[in-house]
Amino acid sequence: MSEAAFARERPFGWPQRLICLYGIVWRESLRFLHQRERFISALVRPLVWLFIFAAGFRQTLGVSIMPPYDTYVLYEVYITPGLMAMIQLFNGMQSSLSMVYDREMGSMRMLLVSPAPRWFLLTSKLIAGVAVSILQVYAFLVVAYFWEIEPPTWWGYLTVLPALALSGLMLGALGMLLSSLIKQLENFAGVMNFVIFPMFFASSALYPLWRVQQGSPWLATVCRLNPFTYSVELIRFAFYGQVNWLALAVVAGCTAAFLGAAIIAYDPARGMLMRRGG
Amino acid sequence: MTAVTAAPPKTAVSALSVENVSHAYGERIALDEVSFHVAPSSFTVLLGLNGAGKSTLFSVITHLYASRSGVVRIFGCDVARKSGAALALLGVVFQQRTLDPDLSVAQNLAYHGALHGIGPRETRERQAAQLARVGLADRAGDKVRYLSGGQMRRVEIARALLHRPRMLLLDEPTAGLDIKARAGLLEVVRGLIADEGIGVLWATHLVDEIRDDDHVVVLHKGRVLADDSSRSIVLAADASSIGEAFTRLTGPGREEADW
Repeated sequence: MSEAAFARERPFGWPQRLICLYGIVWRESLRFLHQRERFISALVRPLVWLFIFAAGFRQTLGVSIMPPYDTYVLYEVYITPGLMAMIQLFNGMQSSLSMVYDREMGSMRMLLVSPAPRWFLLTSKLIAGVAVSILQVYAFLVVAYFWEIEPPTWWGYLTVLPALALSGLMLGALGMLLSSLIKQLENFAGVMNFVIFPMFFASSALYPLWRVQQGSPWLATVCRLNPFTYSVELIRFAFYGQVNWLALAVVAGCTAAFLGAAIIAYDPARGMLMRRGG
Repeated sequence: MTAVTAAPPKTAVSALSVENVSHAYGERIALDEVSFHVAPSSFTVLLGLNGAGKSTLFSVITHLYASRSGVVRIFGCDVARKSGAALALLGVVFQQRTLDPDLSVAQNLAYHGALHGIGPRETRERQAAQLARVGLADRAGDKVRYLSGGQMRRVEIARALLHRPRMLLLDEPTAGLDIKARAGLLEVVRGLIADEGIGVLWATHLVDEIRDDDHVVVLHKGRVLADDSSRSIVLAADASSIGEAFTRLTGPGREEADW
């Protein structure tokens, strides 16, 4: 029988791909619901920052009027978008960790024997991780609401959604790229020290850039080069129903670059998988 | 979809053909010009010690990564160039356990079905038949965590068959199983060949899983040392059993401790 005959008999077009995407997101969500500890720690982490860190620093750090805010805002209001982005940063790294773990457990291999193209499988896996991170962010926003942190209008909860989706994609794609490049990623502490903490602290998540500029122009430059800063600003503006076009461009560009690099790294012919003897 | 396309002509196309496949990790050569064929409706044993190159070969066949040279075809589809079409015809049971322990048997099968583009309803229809085949029809709702090692393996076989592959790869499927579970597993897989006409490649280092009329490919240090029926290999090596023939082929003093 010819190859063409087989292809006709077993089509794998967009309807099949959609089933495939749905299945991957469904499994990731099920797994997330089963891992209750992961959910609770994902929720507690930003709340600790909000209730303890922000409350403590309220007096020391005042935030003046700057876009998107049109009044003076409390410090906890200022850092909330940063904490939303932090949830996604942790989730992106955690899913990348689970990809390494999955690969060792063989379920990554199972994913990759699907007849769907590999870029599609990796992107689906990424989307599944983003869906989970958005669930986590909204859970956090529910608690924050009772702490009287809310967008100026209820629309903010809706307008922030596309920003969360895009920033989740960028951070997830970064995690995926790291998972393919770093040989020993089994230790989450290493990722915390070398990726999560530097990205989080050297950004506009905790302090506005103009303040950093006053203290250390050098650090302000680092913050401006950090893609995470743009995730935070994209979310901050979207939460107030506005678009930060620079942030949007940077986040979209970085998403494309990280995802492209990750797909190349997982490519069968060039891939990094080979070196390990996967 | 028609009856004509259902069964490929036996003589024309191999279920699996591996042609001059070589692969190296840096300096270390893992596969050296490996060639062999698996016919449809046949049980082929890939016999080799740990480290012989079996897992590398499986990675190449499943297109986890591409080999440095050579071609792998599944019913004529080049795995590297037509991977989608080739992988659709392939069912795989990996050496590692790949079921989600926290999810039920049915949920694990549904995930696999989705990966192969089969919707939830159709998966449910197919799963009953596949689970009955491996003797686990009543366990669909159970969490995988509560199954025994042998039962998990059988679920993995049912899962690998869900998308109706024509070629089944099993990488040391009996590792860690007791004698009874091993026998049960072999019986299920040998039954598939008779019932469905599937080609099977069964990688192992255990000679007692081989029957006289099985096709055996002996892989040692990345090279194929023998490729014939078990009976002929025994005769050619002037040995009394396939175990003895294997020892002679791979040479004295080369037996690794873990065999």
